[in-house]
Amino acid sequence: MLLIDCPYCGKRPEIEFTYGGQAHVARPSDPGLLDDQSWAEYLYMRANTKGVHAERWRHAHGCARFFNALRDTTSDRILATYKTGEPRPQLAADAGSGR
Amino acid sequence: MSRQRFSALSLAWRSLARHRGWQPQWRKCEPKSCYDAVIVGGGGHGLGAAYYLAKEHGLTNVAVVEKGWIGGGNTGRNTTIIRSNYLFDESAALYDHSLKLWEGLSQELNYNVMFSPRGVMMLAHTVHDIQVFKRHVHANRCNGVDNEWLEPEQAKAFCPPLNIEGNIRYPVLGAALQRRGGTARHDAVAWGYARAADALGVDIIENCEVTGIRRDAAGRVEALETTRGAIRTRKVGVSAAGNTSVVLALAGVRLPLESYPLQALVSEPVKPIFPCVVMSNTIHAYISQSDKGDLVIGAGTDAYTSYTQRGALHINTHTLDAICELFPAFRRLRMMRNWGGIVDVTPDRSPIIAKTPVPGLYVNCGCGTGGFKATPGSAHVFAWTIAHDEPHPINAPFTIERFRDGHLIDEAAAAAVAH
Repeated sequence: MLLIDCPYCGKRPEIEFTYGGQAHVARPSDPGLLDDQSWAEYLYMRANTKGVHAERWRHAHGCARFFNALRDTTSDRILATYKTGEPRPQLAADAGSGR
Repeated sequence: MSRQRFSALSLAWRSLARHRGWQPQWRKCEPKSCYDAVIVGGGGHGLGAAYYLAKEHGLTNVAVVEKGWIGGGNTGRNTTIIRSNYLFDESAALYDHSLKLWEGLSQELNYNVMFSPRGVMMLAHTVHDIQVFKRHVHANRCNGVDNEWLEPEQAKAFCPPLNIEGNIRYPVLGAALQRRGGTARHDAVAWGYARAADALGVDIIENCEVTGIRRDAAGRVEALETTRGAIRTRKVGVSAAGNTSVVLALAGVRLPLESYPLQALVSEPVKPIFPCVVMSNTIHAYISQSDKGDLVIGAGTDAYTSYTQRGALHINTHTLDAICELFPAFRRLRMMRNWGGIVDVTPDRSPIIAKTPVPGLYVNCGCGTGGFKATPGSAHVFAWTIAHDEPHPINAPFTIERFRDGHLIDEAAAAAVAH
């Protein structure tokens, strides 16, 4: 079980959280302008990164707030957590490990 | 290449000869510099595709490259459940094609894959479950797929260890039973396809990871770069399950896939007690008994994407909670081992068996949590797709473009499969 560092509450066990999928997927600013391919990209295409993955978590059984985490999907080690709206942190481990 | 055929007589003869003289079941191959087609991924789907390419399409200059050992991925990690009672016409056609191939597979391969159509019973625990399963029963009948509704007492008669009392958290309100469904020996499926493909001239190359996909000026595949050197080929079929995204990224192809850990566990072996397969999608419990005697239990997927081939223990305990309520007799059984595999899940929970935008590159992926049952069927139509450069009618709907065009095969919403 993961130990996840909620930016609001501190370290808590994984069972207090729900997973929210890939982070930083922005909703199209003008949906009416999108063609089918762009909609498919937004709705269905995900990075599925083997390496450092930016993802959303929600502390459902705690503060109930969403936040983001960087996790290495080859080890499940969580490298950083940060609040929604903040930019993705730059990590030394980030460079070159994703593929 | 002559291969020893297996039969009761040959087994008896070899045992009298003290089991000396058995041959290796497939050759250890060095990669040649050039093949007519290369399959990436030596699981059941990949080995099966190579076998059908050689057997049915006359393509024998074929290699299967596998980064680990054959059958070491999801083929060796699943709970071996086989069924075809899917809701939609497209899925029912694909999975029933597979089930029909399962029925003759041991004879076809001259290898005992221990296919055992002992019946797959899916439990209903809520009014919604009852409505969904009855809809499945009717839809399946329209498609010529057997599936029948059982009242709780009938379910208990079919599977005596089942608890149908009303005093548990999610009482059993009925079940849908597919009698033709069952299990098979997962390792034997990989080994049987490997042996049969090898006998037809297919090279099986283990410990060979693909590191690049080279394309010519027109964009067509011309070679694979691997950890054991470059291999020239004009056709590449990728059957890499959880690692499909990684392999296809080498050719710049993105797919609507996410890779999740899916866990399973087995108990200590006990005498025969469990006559069928029982699945409960609502409370996440999947159970059967292997011929060795251990109870084979499938858990749900972990919440997050991962490539680690392991997951969290609370996923397993959640499933065991359900097993203990449904089958109180198993409460004192000890669990021996648990493990995880990485399953590639599509948004509609149906596979992609299709051409890609790159000429000469084909993909069979996205079977998600239910890939084992699809092994012969999807391998068969995938081989067709590679050989003809166009899909077989059965896999024609299972394209990548369906996500753009809105023609989803939405088994996720239909809840035939659990997630």
